[in-house]
Amino acid sequence: MTLTTPAGERVAGATHLPAYDEDAAPAVPRDSLGRMTVDEKFVRIGSWASGLGMAWLITQQLLPLPGLAWFLIVWFGCGLLVTAITAAMSGGGFVEVRDRVAAAVLTAGAAIVGAALVSAMVFVVMRGWKPLLHLNFYLDDMSGVGPKDPFDRGGIAHAIVGSLMQLGIAIAITLPLGIGTAVFMTEVGGRFARIVRTVVEAMTALPSIVAGLFIYTTFIVALGFPRSGLAASLAIAVMMLPIIARAADVVLRVVPDGLREASLALGASRWKTVWTVVLPTARPGLATACILGVARGIGETSPVLLTSGAAPFMVTNPTDGVMNSMPLFIYTTVRSGEPNAITRAFAAATVLMAIVLILFITARIVARPRKTKNKRGRRTRPSVDLVVADPLVAMGPAHAAAPSYDRIEDNS
Amino acid sequence: MTTLPVADTTDPASDAVRPRKISRKATGADAVFVHAARAVGATVLVITGGVGLFLAWQAYPTWQSYGFGFLTETQWNPEADVLGIAAVLAGTVTVALVAMVIAFPLALSTALYISEYAPAAIRSTLVSLVDLMAAVPSIIWGLWGFFLIMPHAADLAFWLQRNLGWIPIFDVPSADADAAVWDASRYTASAFCAGIAVAMMVLPMSCAVMRQVFSQTPPGEKEAALALGATKWGMVRAVVLPFGRGGIIGGTMLGMGRALGETIAVLLIISPAFELKWSFLEIGTNTISALIAGRFGDATKTQMSALLAAGFVLFLLTLLINTLAAVIVNRSRSGAGTDA
Repeated sequence: MTLTTPAGERVAGATHLPAYDEDAAPAVPRDSLGRMTVDEKFVRIGSWASGLGMAWLITQQLLPLPGLAWFLIVWFGCGLLVTAITAAMSGGGFVEVRDRVAAAVLTAGAAIVGAALVSAMVFVVMRGWKPLLHLNFYLDDMSGVGPKDPFDRGGIAHAIVGSLMQLGIAIAITLPLGIGTAVFMTEVGGRFARIVRTVVEAMTALPSIVAGLFIYTTFIVALGFPRSGLAASLAIAVMMLPIIARAADVVLRVVPDGLREASLALGASRWKTVWTVVLPTARPGLATACILGVARGIGETSPVLLTSGAAPFMVTNPTDGVMNSMPLFIYTTVRSGEPNAITRAFAAATVLMAIVLILFITARIVARPRKTKNKRGRRTRPSVDLVVADPLVAMGPAHAAAPSYDRIEDNS
Repeated sequence: MTTLPVADTTDPASDAVRPRKISRKATGADAVFVHAARAVGATVLVITGGVGLFLAWQAYPTWQSYGFGFLTETQWNPEADVLGIAAVLAGTVTVALVAMVIAFPLALSTALYISEYAPAAIRSTLVSLVDLMAAVPSIIWGLWGFFLIMPHAADLAFWLQRNLGWIPIFDVPSADADAAVWDASRYTASAFCAGIAVAMMVLPMSCAVMRQVFSQTPPGEKEAALALGATKWGMVRAVVLPFGRGGIIGGTMLGMGRALGETIAVLLIISPAFELKWSFLEIGTNTISALIAGRFGDATKTQMSALLAAGFVLFLLTLLINTLAAVIVNRSRSGAGTDA
């Protein structure tokens, strides 16, 4: 029942039927539900623009705060303040203020991280581009070249060759062992496999310097071998083995059990199932795990520092005396303190970064799930989505990358 | 036409029909596969477990000759036969703590930005960039920290001392905060400078773990919060952060474990000093890994054992932190299967 006065006016607090209001303004549909309106955009950008103005006023005119760092800090503070005030004025109250300030702070945090990454890359290239222009930098070694010599003499060919050889030996050791262990842990299982998994997970905590020290005491001091490229490879292998085994384990664990069961139900043996179903399915993830492990191995200085030496000449036999490598070359050269040597070290760092970048991009290309281009009669294998099977996370706690099967691309 | 099978009464074997024997035991090629896999697993167990056991075995003589004093002695003086890791242990923890204080807020905000705020179009690019950051060699972060950051870090340290110097940890006892010309060299090569470089190394790993856990937040709960009128930040606080708490703690501790073992950037930046001190802004500190890298070359047999013992302590510390991280992540709700 609707309560109305005899005159027909509505009483507050009473229930009434909705009626069409002729005088109300016509409803204007929003342009887009998720996007900001032009007004909102103006307020948000305008807040930061006014913050910029205030920062200039404060740092350049009012207070003695010279330098870019202070300017950025004050700009951020003022921008936050104006954002908070405009948010409060927009009628949302404290809830709206918190929302906008939180968004600004989180974005700023991400921007700082991005700035750090970009600044590191740009800085290294800026300091080291000069020697890169000389061809001999890539083709020569440093024998007979002093730290003060100009850049048209000497190069880092010996370090590149050393790094590649050490990495090659380390990969030849760790790849079969690491993937084999992962296959054992996921496909064979049992109590023994659980012990292996526990120990491998524990050993991912091994600091790289301790891996180097282990090889130094056993291989060099106890067994009496000289410091050599082989010792360095062994140290890198000891460091990389748990990382690759663990990453491969996580990747293999997200292969859906349905695929395994289908294969076994069709009569395939366990070995056939592993070889033709599990490993091909996990191929991109495994490749990423290995390449990221390699990127880690090529950049590690500390195990190499203990087990090999910074020879200035080309060494192509890994068992024959000290063999230089990229990170070790950078470290020893930069320690010499000569400006020219430091520039050379930065140039080598640029090359090292380029190698890592190439490895990284290769990993991403290999890891990309295949496009669902179904050519006639040709079946593509389902591939594991890397968002789930990200080996970087695999180096983290075991179940941070919990297996989830719903993201497996089914493109058969 | 379908016919029912008729029992063949003439066949004497039909009486003896028995279910076929089912065995899970591998035969033929499978047996080879299982045994080969087990052999590989055993090899890796021997190699990796051997490292840990070897360290423990080598550390034992040190423990015998120096006893508990090995953990409390600050000096590392082989000539006087005084070896102890109290100072380097404290330095290691200081550098790692500084790194985490810097890396934690940045990693958390980056992870939240990528998983909740970033436009969907650039999200995967940002994830790749974080992974790339993890792959940048530590020597490059060391160069970055030493040549680019250290002068600015010294400025900041001086500013902190002048304005917050009354708090003991921000004080730099060997330099006068009110001097007309400040002595910049007292503020460089400190645990603070090393911590900044180490922070950049551990940040991507923490960030990746956090983002992974955040991205597993059940979308149904997020949408429920938004449908109830929550703002984006309200939704993040009420749903994403509680759900990802395990990932936040786990990722942070994992980063901490990595920070403790970092060598080359620290070795490049710090100026070695064996003293226990609060003032992390002041020049001079040392870490276990830097100690090993600096002293292994001219070490005698006893010192080698002591270095290995120090390495073993470092390994135990890292192992403890990583295990705790794994337990925390596993026990939390993060990553649990949800239907939403």
